[in-house]
Amino acid sequence: MGISSYLQFLISGLTVGSTYGLTALGFTIIFNTTGIINFAQGEFVMLGGMLSVFFLKWFNLGLPVSISLAIITTTFVGAAIDRLAIRPAKKNSTINLIIITIGVSILIRGIAMLVWGKDTFSLPQFSGHEPLHFAGAAIMPQSIWILVITLLILMSLKIFFSKTIYGKGMLACSYDKKASYLVGIDVNKMVLFSFMISAMVGAIGGAILTPITLTSYDAGILLGLKGFSACIIGGLGNPFGAAAGGLILGVLESFGAGVISSAYKDAFAFFILLILLFVKPSGLFGQKSIKRV
Amino acid sequence: MKKIYLFIITLFFSCMLVSPALAEETIKIGAILSVTGPASFLGEPEKNTALMLKDQINSKGGIMGKKIELIIYDDETDVNKAVLAADKLLKKDKVVAVIGPTTSGNTFAIEEKFEKAGVPLISCAAAEKIVKPVKKWVFKTPQSDRHAVSKIFSQLLSKKIKKIAIITVSDGFGQAGREVLKELAPKMGIELVADEVYGPKDTDMTAQLVKIKGTDAEAIVCWGTNPGPAVIAKNRVQLGINIPLYMSHGVASKKFIELAGDSAEGIFLPAGRIIVAEQIPDKHPQKAMLKKYVKDYESKYKSPISAFGGHAWDALMLVVKAIETGKSVNPADIRNNLEKTRGFIGTAGIFNFTAEDHNGLDENAFEMVVIEKGNWKIIKK
Repeated sequence: MGISSYLQFLISGLTVGSTYGLTALGFTIIFNTTGIINFAQGEFVMLGGMLSVFFLKWFNLGLPVSISLAIITTTFVGAAIDRLAIRPAKKNSTINLIIITIGVSILIRGIAMLVWGKDTFSLPQFSGHEPLHFAGAAIMPQSIWILVITLLILMSLKIFFSKTIYGKGMLACSYDKKASYLVGIDVNKMVLFSFMISAMVGAIGGAILTPITLTSYDAGILLGLKGFSACIIGGLGNPFGAAAGGLILGVLESFGAGVISSAYKDAFAFFILLILLFVKPSGLFGQKSIKRV
Repeated sequence: MKKIYLFIITLFFSCMLVSPALAEETIKIGAILSVTGPASFLGEPEKNTALMLKDQINSKGGIMGKKIELIIYDDETDVNKAVLAADKLLKKDKVVAVIGPTTSGNTFAIEEKFEKAGVPLISCAAAEKIVKPVKKWVFKTPQSDRHAVSKIFSQLLSKKIKKIAIITVSDGFGQAGREVLKELAPKMGIELVADEVYGPKDTDMTAQLVKIKGTDAEAIVCWGTNPGPAVIAKNRVQLGINIPLYMSHGVASKKFIELAGDSAEGIFLPAGRIIVAEQIPDKHPQKAMLKKYVKDYESKYKSPISAFGGHAWDALMLVVKAIETGKSVNPADIRNNLEKTRGFIGTAGIFNFTAEDHNGLDENAFEMVVIEKGNWKIIKK
C-alpha cells in the first residue's frame, strides 16, 4: 500500500473526525458551565442537518438561507431545552440533569421521526462534487469546507472564551457557580448561553456534514456516542482537547479500517479509548482534578 | 324515575360492550411488522400495503363472505417486542395465520412458537435460513440472497469477470449476503480478492475502497441497505474507481438513487420486477398485477413504491388464496393449502411452494438492472 493510500486514510479520518470533534465541542461547552453531560448533543447535529434539508426541500429557500435558518432554529431549540427542561430541575443533582438530557434526546428524535419520517436525507455539496487530487489522494471540496469551518469555529470559541465578558463569565461559572453569582454574574443566563452556543455548534456541524455523510432522524445516537468518546480522549472540559480528540478518533478509525481490518473499525477506536482511560484517565489534554481540603 | 334512567344508561353501556361480539364473524390474520425502529423503511410500506389490501378485499365482500380482520403489532425492530407480539397473536387474538416479521432476526426468534402452536407464519424477511432447513409452519415471500448472488455472478461471468472484491455491511442482511457470496464464488469459478466490512451507520468508506483499489479486482459487489451503499457509491466516484459496482437487491428503491445522486449512475443490481413494472414486457404474467399494485399504492399513500411493501402483499395474498382454495380458516388447512400453491403470481415473482421449498422462488424472480439517468433500466442479455 503506497503513501497515497495513507494520505487518503488521513484525509477521510480528518473529515469524519471533524464530525466527532464538533459534537465533542458542544459537550464541552455545556459541561464547562453546568457540569452536565448533555446527551442531546448528537440531536443538535441531527437537527442542523435535517432542518437544512427541510427548509431546502419543502420551502425551496436555497442552500445558504436554509442552513442559516436551520442553525438559528436549532439554537432556539437549545435555549428551549435549558428553559423548559434544565432550569426547572436545576435544584436536582447533576446525574438527574444528565438523565433529563437523555430524555430530551429521545423526545427530539421522536418528534423528528414523526415530522420527517424515517428516511435518510442528503444535501447538495456546497461547491461541486468533482474531487480534487492531491499526491494521489482524492479530496472532496466538501471535506475542505468541513475542515476550514471546524477550525473557524474553534478559533472563534477561543476568542469568545478568552476575550469577551460573556465568555469569561461562562468560564467563571464552571469554576464556582456560587462565587460567580456573588460577583454579579447571571448564572442562569450563562447556562442559557452555553446551551445556545453548543446547539449552534452542533447545528453547524450537522449542516456542513450532511452533504457527505447523509442524515436521518436517528443520526444523533452514534454521533453523540462518538463525540462523547472524543471528549474523553481529549479530556473532558477542554474545548481544544475535544476537537483534537475527535480528529484523533476519526483518523484512528480510518487507519484501523484501512490498515488492520474494516470489520473491527469501531472496536479499534474504543479499544484505544479504553487503554487511554487506564493510562491517563483525565484524557490526553485534560488536567487532573485537584481537590482542596 | 332515577332508577329507570340508571337502568337505561346501564343497558346502553352494556350494549356497547357486547356489540363487537354480536358483529359478524371475521377472519383474524395477524401481522408483526417493524413499523418503527431501524427497519422501519421496510416495515412501514409493509404495513401500508397490508392495510390497503385488507380494505380492498373487504370492500369486495371479504373471503367466503367473511371480512378480514388484520391485527398488526409493531415490533419496533426489537426482538423482544416481536416475541411478545407473537405470544399475543397466538394466545390472545387467536389468529389463523401471521404475516411478518419484517426482519430475519425477529423471524428466527419467533418461528419456534409457530411450529409449536401449529399456526402458519409467512415471513417478510429475506434470510435464507428462515426456510432452510424447511420448517413445517414457516414460509417466506422475499427472494433469497442466493438468487440475487447467482444472478449477479452469472452476469459477471458473461462479462468474463473472474476476480471480485466484496464489501458488506456488518448487520444481519450484509453478513447473510457475505456468507452466500463466499459460498457461491468458488462454485461458480469466481475469486474473491478482497473482503471488506463496514458498520450500518458508517459515513465514510474510503478506507475500505482504497484497499480494494489496491487489489486486482475487476468488479466490486456491495451488500447492504441504505444509507451505507449510497456512501460507497459516492466514495467510489470520489476515489476514481472505474471497475463496475454491483449492489444487492437491498437498495432497489428510489431512495438509493436520491441519496447517491450522480454517483449512482452505471451501478448494477438485481431487482424484483416491481420497481421496473413499466419496463417488463406486456405479456409477462406479473405485469398486470404489478401495475395495479404500484398504481393503488402510489395514489393512496403518495409515496413511491419499494419492493418491501410487495413482500407483505405476497404474504397476505398467499394466505387469502390458501383460505379460498381450501374454503377453510383452520390454521392447519391454510398451511397445507399454502404448501400446495403453484404458479401464484406475486410481486416478488411466481411462487411455487413445495414440501421442500417454502420460499417458492428462483433466480428468475430478479431482473438485472443498471441505473441510468436516475432510473433503472433492465439489461437485456
